[in-house]
Amino acid sequence: MTDALPEMPTFPMARATGCPFDPSPELSRRLEDAPVSRVRLWDGSTPWMVTRHADVRALLADPRVSVDVAQPGFPHTNAVSKARDAHMKTLMQMDAPEHTAQRRLLTSDFTIRRMEALRPRIQRIVDDLIDEMLAGPNPVDLVEAFALPVPSLVICELLGAPYTARDLFHRVSRTLVMDEPDPEQAMAASQELNAYLEELVDKKNAEPGDDVFSRLAVEQYRTGAMTRREIATAGQLLLVAGHDTTATMIALGTTALLAHPDQLSAVRDGGDPALVTNAAEELLRYLSITHTEARRVAREDLEIGGRLIRKGDGIIAVKSIANRDPSAFPDPDTLDVRRKARHHVAFGFGAHQCLGQSLARVELQVVYSTLYRRIPTLALAVPLEQLTFKENAVFYGVRELPVTW
Amino acid sequence: MKITIDQDACIGSGQCVLASPEVFDQRDSDGIVVLLQDSPEPGLQEDVWEASRICPALAITLTPS
Repeated sequence: MTDALPEMPTFPMARATGCPFDPSPELSRRLEDAPVSRVRLWDGSTPWMVTRHADVRALLADPRVSVDVAQPGFPHTNAVSKARDAHMKTLMQMDAPEHTAQRRLLTSDFTIRRMEALRPRIQRIVDDLIDEMLAGPNPVDLVEAFALPVPSLVICELLGAPYTARDLFHRVSRTLVMDEPDPEQAMAASQELNAYLEELVDKKNAEPGDDVFSRLAVEQYRTGAMTRREIATAGQLLLVAGHDTTATMIALGTTALLAHPDQLSAVRDGGDPALVTNAAEELLRYLSITHTEARRVAREDLEIGGRLIRKGDGIIAVKSIANRDPSAFPDPDTLDVRRKARHHVAFGFGAHQCLGQSLARVELQVVYSTLYRRIPTLALAVPLEQLTFKENAVFYGVRELPVTW
Repeated sequence: MKITIDQDACIGSGQCVLASPEVFDQRDSDGIVVLLQDSPEPGLQEDVWEASRICPALAITLTPS
């Protein structure tokens, strides 16, 4: 293994011009030549970067690494997230045993059975939005007209919030995951959302329905297991984690399929639910949208990929390049919706793997099996080269997606 | 093939249920894994192997019987 590359690259690394779906060529080079190596961050710190699929899995499942953002060596994404993390502690910033106990309060709401029960409601949301789109202007921006409203409405459904809350969810989530968030705006948005969600807990406590917040209000708030604030924070987590992520996978996934017509026609014309399931996994793998990757700090000395990582060192598990590791995915840079890709790490790995992954899967399966079938002539309204991408956002996606049919 | 599961390690991701619904289920109360059978017939073993490979909590252990 190369002991030291001539220069220490800055993280995150720029993608190559004209390759909007591929990770930075520098990441590919590291995967091959220096799979565990140091990088430099915005604040001058030099955490480790782990790139291989097997190493990323091993690291994220290792109890000796921590998500505690208060630890001095933790590799923060930017100044805003560092400031926000100091105020907001969600599941994503908790270690075991606190994390285990808190997560188990929410896991019953995301079982496969519950998510499958939501499928008809999600199908209806998707069909209604497509009806609206077909009745509206052509061309249209698919991000605004479809990709963002789908998860907004699904989250309303899940939390038991009225559909009128979708504008608030949309606006707040946008502020919190912007390319270059303004700290004051982000804080104000977070407070506005919390106030709304705390009020919603009271409403659900008074009049419970069939939704996550009603269950939390009745089972956790009334019994004193969770405070109103804690339930609101859980709601905020569901929104931040479930809104822009899904919207991005809808819009960027559609962009990738439109850029690979043979793959699009396989998804559209296959008539096979198993193929759509595969396609969703493959798009999750191929696009790996979490641009901030998975960040940890070592609680003890540990060895990863033959490298000694010291207690207190920051570590970035680069899921996007692990998902292009040829030892886990043959011909990894090819989008192949027929490939078995379920072992990808787009949702992370270990105890912090995405809580809402089963919901995301159902949403994406419904969208990918419906949108192209109902609008078979769907096409880009501008050349692919004219699209611009969110290079610095938490989730890598397409800014606008003008489509026609 | 003999399957053992670790319910303390399980994080309720449900990945095993997606991979091998004949063998794995989730408790409704907290999403934690439940084993429906611990010695699956050969026809189910490929799915069980996949379930153990994708389990994010490494909570599924397979041993030759």
